[in-house]
Amino acid sequence: MPTPHNAGAEREKLTGRVYAAYRASRRRTAWLVRLTQALLLLGGLSLWELAGRSKWIDVLLFSYPSKVFRLLYDKLLEGTLLPHIGVTVAETVAGFVLGTLLGAGLAILIWWSPFLQRVLDPYIVVLNSMPKVALGPLFIVGLGPGLLSIIAMTLAITVIITTLVIYSSFQEVDAHYRKVVRIFGGSRRQEFLKAILPASFPAIVSTLKVNVGLAWIGVIVGEFLVSKEGLGYLIIYGFQVFNFTLVIGSLFIIAIVAAVMYQAVAYLETKLTGRR
Amino acid sequence: MNEEVRLEGVTHVYVTEQGASLAVEAINLALAPGEFVSLVGPSGCGKTTILSLIAGLLRPTQGAVMVNGRAVSRPDGKVGYMLQSDYLFPWRTILQNVKIGLELTGNRTPEAEERALRLLEEMGLAHTKDWVPQQLSGGMRQRVALVRTLATEPELLLLDEPFSALDYQTKLQLEDLIVETLKKKGKTALLVTHDLAEAIAMSDRVIVLDRHPGRIRREVSIPEDIRKETPFRAREHPDFYPIFNEIWSELEAKNAGGRSRHGEEEDRHADAT
Repeated sequence: MPTPHNAGAEREKLTGRVYAAYRASRRRTAWLVRLTQALLLLGGLSLWELAGRSKWIDVLLFSYPSKVFRLLYDKLLEGTLLPHIGVTVAETVAGFVLGTLLGAGLAILIWWSPFLQRVLDPYIVVLNSMPKVALGPLFIVGLGPGLLSIIAMTLAITVIITTLVIYSSFQEVDAHYRKVVRIFGGSRRQEFLKAILPASFPAIVSTLKVNVGLAWIGVIVGEFLVSKEGLGYLIIYGFQVFNFTLVIGSLFIIAIVAAVMYQAVAYLETKLTGRR
Repeated sequence: MNEEVRLEGVTHVYVTEQGASLAVEAINLALAPGEFVSLVGPSGCGKTTILSLIAGLLRPTQGAVMVNGRAVSRPDGKVGYMLQSDYLFPWRTILQNVKIGLELTGNRTPEAEERALRLLEEMGLAHTKDWVPQQLSGGMRQRVALVRTLATEPELLLLDEPFSALDYQTKLQLEDLIVETLKKKGKTALLVTHDLAEAIAMSDRVIVLDRHPGRIRREVSIPEDIRKETPFRAREHPDFYPIFNEIWSELEAKNAGGRSRHGEEEDRHADAT
């Protein structure tokens, strides 16, 4: 018979052993996932390289990795790559921030005034179902072929959807939270600030992630249409002069920068909602 | 004039897209200071409507609602209201939740904050003040909701089935705690509940309501002997079950009447008028 003290130690040993085994198996799985991901990437790139060099595919159209990296490296040294990246990133950030703020502002406005909400409802429905890219020519004519048109395109894509998502998150807040505020004699303003806004805060923050992606769409489409610089411009330029190595290189950079931006917003999201 | 609450001929009509219906009709009710009164009745009898009218969340269609001698026009933070669930804000700590009433009534003095903290201590929750509501059990959360309600020092408390979401044991403990706290502080209380035993065990007076529309059917005063016991002990009192059965048969008779053909005719008649 083990003494009670011994039994306690025995139990601790057992749970400790089970936990250690669990941790080890988790670590092993995580490693396997990373390894497979790396192999997939390397395998894909190698196959592409091999296919290009052995002329299995049309190099003029599909290029191959070493050619793409060579081009990007040269452009980087020339100093002609970074300005393009800078312009596109600046436009995306501006469109993203403005779109989110305007969308949130509009959502607050229609929450505040149910009358306005009913008046604007059909307009919002039409604007939301409209393919915003089709508005491009109007923006160019109205705002000139430049930065303004690109930002306008981004806003057209982000604002309405942001408004709809945030407004519906306001609507979904449990009415009892508002009741708590009202019971203490709180005003509508206080209902909003003390109950609605903090309750829907996670939903608002999660629209940020969606908006980053949408802002990229707006900026690239905008650059396709009007610009003289930026990554979208590089793609169109490469296409026009039949330099597909440049097109693929630009796509590669967009993929990386967009992923970095998405991660930054995801990080911001955990920071902002971390206390919950 | 020595009345905390007075309802005079209060009728309230609910309006929805489908039409308007009578929620409560000709309610006359008075609560003396320090009294604990329960409203019982089937669902749809307008219990919650009566609480909302007293709190000022609803305006009566006819009649007058007075609290402390003054007509109620809107919620002003002077009447405490406990909901069916705690509805603590998950984005605030326990202490911040307790202080929400002080923020909203513009009463964030150091003394008031000190008092809120002391109330939390009295409920044995001081150690949780920096926790978030998700870390607390249901009973603890409802205790925090009680502190939140008491922090603004209301003279009158409206309790809207505050125990309905709790398990039986927690519910009994909380009943004792609430009765003891309110008696000690001399507060007036109006409790709405489905649970007849709870109403009898906690109250000085039980009011039975009819439904469609809600009307006062009967008032039962609870004998002194049962009143002075805690709600838990009151259930063991020899006079408890006779009263329980009396009110129960009252409620039964009403339900049975509603189901008979005669009752249906009455209902149809009521609809037509």
